[in-house]
Amino acid sequence: MTPILEVKHLTMRFGGLLAVDDVSFSVNEGEIRGLIGPNGAGKSTTFKMIAGFLSPTSGEVLFRSNNITNQRPSRIASAGVVRTFQETTLFQELTVFENVLIGTHKQAHTNIISAVLGFDRQKQNEAIEATTEVLEFMGLSERKNQLAAELPLGLQRTLAVAISLAAKPNLLLMDEPFAGMNPEETQHMMELTERVRESGISIVLVEHNMKAVMGLCDRLVVLNFGTVLDDGTPDQVRHNPNVIQAYLGGG
Amino acid sequence: MNSLIPAKFRPVLFLLLLYAVLIVLPHFLKYHQQDFLIFLTINILVVVSYRLVTLTGEWSLIHAVMMGVGAYTSALISKNFDISFWITLPLAGVMAGLVALLLSYPLFRMTQFYFLIGSFAAGEAIRLTWIQFIKPFGGTGGTSAIPSPELMNIDFLEPIPYFYLVLIVVSICVYLLYRIENSRIGLTLHAVHWKGVLAESVGVNTWNYRTLAFVIGSLFVGIAGALKVHYIGTVAPKQFDIGFMVFILIWVIVGGYRTFYGAIIGAVVLSVLDEILRGVEQLRPAIYGATLIFFILYLPGGLESLPQKIRQKFWANRESAT
Repeated sequence: MTPILEVKHLTMRFGGLLAVDDVSFSVNEGEIRGLIGPNGAGKSTTFKMIAGFLSPTSGEVLFRSNNITNQRPSRIASAGVVRTFQETTLFQELTVFENVLIGTHKQAHTNIISAVLGFDRQKQNEAIEATTEVLEFMGLSERKNQLAAELPLGLQRTLAVAISLAAKPNLLLMDEPFAGMNPEETQHMMELTERVRESGISIVLVEHNMKAVMGLCDRLVVLNFGTVLDDGTPDQVRHNPNVIQAYLGGG
Repeated sequence: MNSLIPAKFRPVLFLLLLYAVLIVLPHFLKYHQQDFLIFLTINILVVVSYRLVTLTGEWSLIHAVMMGVGAYTSALISKNFDISFWITLPLAGVMAGLVALLLSYPLFRMTQFYFLIGSFAAGEAIRLTWIQFIKPFGGTGGTSAIPSPELMNIDFLEPIPYFYLVLIVVSICVYLLYRIENSRIGLTLHAVHWKGVLAESVGVNTWNYRTLAFVIGSLFVGIAGALKVHYIGTVAPKQFDIGFMVFILIWVIVGGYRTFYGAIIGAVVLSVLDEILRGVEQLRPAIYGATLIFFILYLPGGLESLPQKIRQKFWANRESAT
C-alpha cells in the first residue's frame, strides 16, 4: 500500500542557516505519526513546508503520490491535507457554530451569481448539516452559540480541531495541540485525537508533550538539528541512546 | 405599541415607509435640495460598495478614482459614439471592475499601510492620466455635454425624474451588495479579514477573495460614477480626487463599519448636516470638523451604535426608577 504522505529529501535554508536538511519520512494510511525533537530541531519548519505555508529550498512532498510541493495552502487543503495552528488561532469574534461553518468552505464555496440569487441554498444547508455533525462529534454542540473567545483554552483547541475536520481532511496536521493543557484537558484531547483517527483520518502530530506522543503515535520521527535522528515505534525511539542524548543534552 | 407588529414585518414596514417618503419628498424640495438628494443617493451606493472592499480588511484609497473610471467610461462612450446611456451604464461598471482586476495583481502583493499607499499611488496615476491626455479625456477641465438618458418622453434633465432613476438603480445595486454580504461569500470575506491564515488552511484562497471584493466593489462604484456625471453633464478629474476619497472614509468611519447600514447612516447624517450648514458659510468647516471629532470621541462604535446606547440608557433609568 502506498503511503498517504511522502516527504522526500526536504531541505530548507534560511540565509546561512540550514533549518531542515534532507528530511525524508512517510505516513501510512490510518496512522498517527509523531514528529518530535528538541526546540529548534526543524519540526515547525517541516510542518509548514508540508502544509504549503513555506516553500522548501529543495525536496518534495507527495500526497497520495501527487506532488503538492510549493502549492498554495488553500490548494493543499482542498486536496485533503489540513493543518491546525499552534496558538489559539480562531475566529474569536464569531460563534462556535460559525467558526466550524467557515471550515466547510470546500463543500460550500459558491460563486457570486448563485450567492445573490440563492441557487446555492441546498449546498449551504448541507454545509450547516455537516457543521452540526462535526460539533456533535467533537462534543461542542452545547457550546455552539457561544463566542469562540469565551471558551476555555481546552475547548478552544477542540474547536480548532473541529474547524479543520469540517474541511473533511484525509490527513490532519496537528501543531502542538497539547501545549499548555492541564492533565484533564490532555486526557480529553488524546481521546478526541484517537476518535479522529478511528473516523478514518491519518494524522501527523507535532508535539512536545511526551505522554501524549508516546500514548498516541504509531510511529515517530525524531528530528535534531534539522536532520532525522531516528524513525520508529515509540518503544524503539525511547531506547535509542542518540535520542536520549539529544533530549538530555550531551557533552 | 411595538408589539402590535410582529418583529419580522418591522423591517418590511420600515422599508415601505422609507420608500413612500422618498417618492413624495422631492416634490416638496427646492431645486438645489433636489440636486442634493440625487447626489446623496448616489453617495449611498459609493459607501456601500466601499464597504464590500473593506470587508476583507483592506482600506483602499482608490475607490473614488474607480468611480471616476466608471464615470469617464460612460461619459466618453455615450458622447463620442452616440451609444445609449442604458448600455454605457453597465459598461461603466464592467470597465471599473476590469481596471480593478488588473490593479489587483500588483496591489494585493501589499497589505495594510503599504496597500493604502499603493492604492493611492495607482489611483493618482489614473487620475493624472485624465489630466495629461487631453484627448480623449479633456484635461483638467474634463469633458462636458454628456448626453442625458433617454426613455420614452421622460425629461431626465429635470431633477425629479432623474432622482427616481437614481433611486431605482441604487436600490437594486445596494440590494445586490446586501445579498452578497449576507451570503456564504460574506462569511468567507469575514474569515479572510480576521484570520487569513486560518481561512487559507481550510481551503479559502485568500488572494482570490480579496480580488473578488475589490472587483465587485469597484464595479458598483463605477455605476455610481456614471449616474453622477450623466446628471451633471460634466466629468472632470477634480470630482474623484483624494478630497472626495477622504469624505468616503469619514462617512464609513463615523457611520460605523460593523453593520451594513452603518455606512449609509454616516453618509446621510453627515451630508444632511453639511447641507443644513449652508446658511452659515464661514462657520461650515469649523462646525463640520467639530462634529466629526465629537462623534469619534463619544461614539467610537459609529452612529450605528447609537440606538443601542440609547436603549441601554433608557433601561438603566427605568431600573433605577423602580
